[in-house]
Amino acid sequence: MTESETHWTRGSGGNQGTYVQQQAPRPTEAALSIRGLKVVFHTYAGDVQALDGVDLEVQRGEILGLVGESGCGKSVTALAVAGLLPINAEVISGEVLLDGKNLLKMKKEAVRLSRLNDIALVFQDPMTYLNPVLTIGLQITEALTSDLKVFAEDLIAARMTKLEAMMKRSLTEEQELESLRRAKQSHNLSNKEGKRLASLRALDYLRLVRLSEPEKVLKMYPFELSGGMRQRAMIAMALVRRPRVLLADEITTALDVTVQAQILELLKDLRDKIDAAIVLITHDLAVVSEVCDRVAVMYAGSVVEVAGLVEFFKNPSHPYSKGLMAAILRPDLSSETLESIKGSVPDLINPPSGCRFHPRCPYAYQKCPESKPPMTEVSPGHAVTCFLYGG
Amino acid sequence: MDLEKTGVGDSRRKSELRYTLHLMRQNPIVVVGSVLAIGSVVLSLVSSLIVNPAAGNTQNLPIRLCWNNPVIDWGIHNLFVCPGAQVYPLGTDAYGRDLLQMIILALPLDLEVALTIVASAVVIGVSMGAVAAYAGGLLDELVLRITDVFFSIPGLSLAIVLVTFFSHSLFWLTTAVLITWWPTYVRLIRSQVLTEKEKAYVEALRSTGAGRLRILFRHIVPNSIYPVLVQATLDVGGVILVFSVLMFIGFSPSPLLPELGNLAHAGIDNVFIAPWLVLFPGLTILLIALGFNLLGDGIRDALDPRLRR
Repeated sequence: MTESETHWTRGSGGNQGTYVQQQAPRPTEAALSIRGLKVVFHTYAGDVQALDGVDLEVQRGEILGLVGESGCGKSVTALAVAGLLPINAEVISGEVLLDGKNLLKMKKEAVRLSRLNDIALVFQDPMTYLNPVLTIGLQITEALTSDLKVFAEDLIAARMTKLEAMMKRSLTEEQELESLRRAKQSHNLSNKEGKRLASLRALDYLRLVRLSEPEKVLKMYPFELSGGMRQRAMIAMALVRRPRVLLADEITTALDVTVQAQILELLKDLRDKIDAAIVLITHDLAVVSEVCDRVAVMYAGSVVEVAGLVEFFKNPSHPYSKGLMAAILRPDLSSETLESIKGSVPDLINPPSGCRFHPRCPYAYQKCPESKPPMTEVSPGHAVTCFLYGG
Repeated sequence: MDLEKTGVGDSRRKSELRYTLHLMRQNPIVVVGSVLAIGSVVLSLVSSLIVNPAAGNTQNLPIRLCWNNPVIDWGIHNLFVCPGAQVYPLGTDAYGRDLLQMIILALPLDLEVALTIVASAVVIGVSMGAVAAYAGGLLDELVLRITDVFFSIPGLSLAIVLVTFFSHSLFWLTTAVLITWWPTYVRLIRSQVLTEKEKAYVEALRSTGAGRLRILFRHIVPNSIYPVLVQATLDVGGVILVFSVLMFIGFSPSPLLPELGNLAHAGIDNVFIAPWLVLFPGLTILLIALGFNLLGDGIRDALDPRLRR
């Protein structure tokens, strides 16, 4: 369990609801941290307050499950991190820190480069997220070859380590190693060499995502692959750039259960192998219990509870989380009725005052509609935004 | 499961192509169209082998305007019969040149001009339309208003004005037709790119940090080019028609130039005593234009997903 040593305390002064995470000289470097992110969508009907101060942290080698019902802002959070919000969206405040650098303050080109290098998104529907007219191989290697300068060193190094690790090398492999050494010294990689190295890398990653016959898959078009194969190809496409942060947006939703299990296994495997920070966005608590190290629950545009996996399932604290847990079908507890959370998702154009959950909350009292509850720690690494736990 | 899937890859791709060709073969009209279109292209490629280009030369020609084809009887009195044994299957023109040879000589010029115009129009139209649609906003608006200006003026009149204003050279004739032609493709590709750019794979591409030009020209344009290709095939016939019309109504750089419209123009003075002079060049234009139109129709039908299956 990689629970970070976080201490939630009230930020000094003013604005209620914004809390600064205090970590003296940041012991465990968070790969990605989102602080007080507020996003508004300008629409004809009015301003949709999609994100209302999201706070999140993900460490390297950790899978964070981001759960919540439809429209609670899970995907918007991912898009905001990648700088891919639609034009009618506006980031009101907050910061997205990638290794300490604020992505929201960067220039367009710099954000593009960080997407190229550090952040990868995988989307939910593998059918529509691949270009139908190009082969899988071209689509996987494209990011590498189109910005070869960025990746040249990495590609050369990876190939060299592989060649050097070989017990016995053939003559051609010796020559290849030699030419790679020269390329490394002169910092000059020809496009042809780059393409070759890139497709070797693509092969490695197709193997990593456990696609059988990767050589054939490279030359195939998306329509020739099944749904599970496409999803793996998409993941390979995301990983081939060795991102530091992987945002997986409902990647298992469109797949059947057996393939889903394989993909989840793959995610765990990747966390261990490439040491990426993975955010798994889902609305399926079963999926969360399967792979995640920590869980963050979102409701109506803000994170209402963050906890380690075991802690969360043992002791869900926020009334909304409790409702979620109660709504899980359990064959072992034969109750006549299925519990559900009363009411429906609030209208985000006119969100409820104070705690956005109060109209549906069975425990709400007069303080709830008045002000926003602060993030309060109930036990180490387990924080909740609810007045029931102080604040 | 995966193994079996990968096995079918190659054959399935080939069978899609074969199915497309099969669909085209099934329609007799399309077969006629492709024979005409491909035939004219082949004929123009080998024309210099069949016909001596010097045949276009008018010097030292003893005969002027005669008919020597025993099969066709025009029923015209005082028809000139060519002296000597040489056969002129389509008669001679007013300068004494074999009309059949002239028509074959004219093919490469007409097709070259038509293909140049269509190709340049596609390149200009597609790049402008695609960029405008992808960028949106002010640029899109600007490009659209420019095309509006061109659409509001009838193409032929605009070409006539341009050629009159500049010169009757082949270059300006080509340019004039090109100028009236490219806006069609802007509209066509723009509408395609507008739908294509909203597709999910474009978002996925952006998430991988792909540059805008790369997304547009490598991914979106290849996905939206099919209607443009169909339109381009149809337009080859149309451009030949417009170009020969310009020549026919008298914008030819030289009366001797072997060009289909120009040949018809040269024959119009003698049309009552030698109707072949207008008829055969005109028929040739008709056949080529018809051929490319039918071929374009065939391609469109074969690529239409609703008509497949």
